[in-house]
Amino acid sequence: MKLTVNGDVREAPTDATILTLLESLGLRPEIVAVEVNGELVPRVTHGERRLAEGDRIEFVTLVGGG
Amino acid sequence: MLHMKNDYLADSLLQVGKHHFQSRLLVGTGKYKDFAEMRAALEMSGTDCVTVAIRRVDLKAPKGESIFDYIDRDKYTILPNTAFCFDAESALRTARLARELLGTDLCKLEVLGDTKTLLPDPVATLEATRILADEGFTVMVYTSDDPRQAVHLAEAGAAAIMPAGSPIGSGQGVLNPNAVRIIQELVDVPVIVDAGVGTASDVSLAMELGVDGVLLNSAIALAQQPMRMAAAMRDATSAGRNAFLAGRIPRKLYANASSPVDGVIGRAAEIAPVS
Repeated sequence: MKLTVNGDVREAPTDATILTLLESLGLRPEIVAVEVNGELVPRVTHGERRLAEGDRIEFVTLVGGG
Repeated sequence: MLHMKNDYLADSLLQVGKHHFQSRLLVGTGKYKDFAEMRAALEMSGTDCVTVAIRRVDLKAPKGESIFDYIDRDKYTILPNTAFCFDAESALRTARLARELLGTDLCKLEVLGDTKTLLPDPVATLEATRILADEGFTVMVYTSDDPRQAVHLAEAGAAAIMPAGSPIGSGQGVLNPNAVRIIQELVDVPVIVDAGVGTASDVSLAMELGVDGVLLNSAIALAQQPMRMAAAMRDATSAGRNAFLAGRIPRKLYANASSPVDGVIGRAAEIAPVS
């Protein structure tokens, strides 16, 4: 299925969860916060939250700033 | 609660909401050469509250180290910002993501008007302050030096008012000290000068006005020698704070001799100036 991740369209398996998507992208789940379709998804649910065709996903983290 | 350095230098801690800080200098983590330099400069500055930004993970960049690995959370309180948000909704989303990421209720709220001035949008800032305060955030609000806006923000639930000394990154210092002083008189929450600091004297001047703290980033990170400037900012914060608490002498137009005017050799007592 097609997902939009941080603005780019990507392919993902139909049984993908937030956690499996994070892992497939090589990201450290503990330093990423997640929105799906504009709604924040709490970390504790990342393993069970299934993704669906067309979902818009934002993966954010900390960067330097003032 | 008193933080006793010794009997003469006792001072209260900076308190924002339920958070206490040993240092009155808050330091940003942006624009350093690398994370190692950032970590060393933060240490040198004496700060215990550091700001960070929230951004999309760069999926194309090499994975590896994160700023997370360079900030010891036992030592520093992390203050996430909503920098470069130009509407209330983006700022709210960013604040909520930061809370999820860091497990903190702190938010340095910035809702900006345009990219050239980076001045805050007062209407959207007020709206976002109210919503975040209602959601339980400790909202530290970046604002202009407008005293009436500061009052509105405090009434909306801001935990700290953070007037810009001058535009972000401009290094112009505190352009309107009178407005900053009036803000302090009008609000009961801490006032922290945020943005515009160029050098140590800007920090001292702000602290001498009686503000509760100063937040800066570029002035250290972009200095020729960030480590030395971090030390200068640490000392300037302390110097300005002590000068404020000590109580300066009034300004006078004419001289007032420091040494005794009587007993000068070869000079008759009767012609000594009458004070």
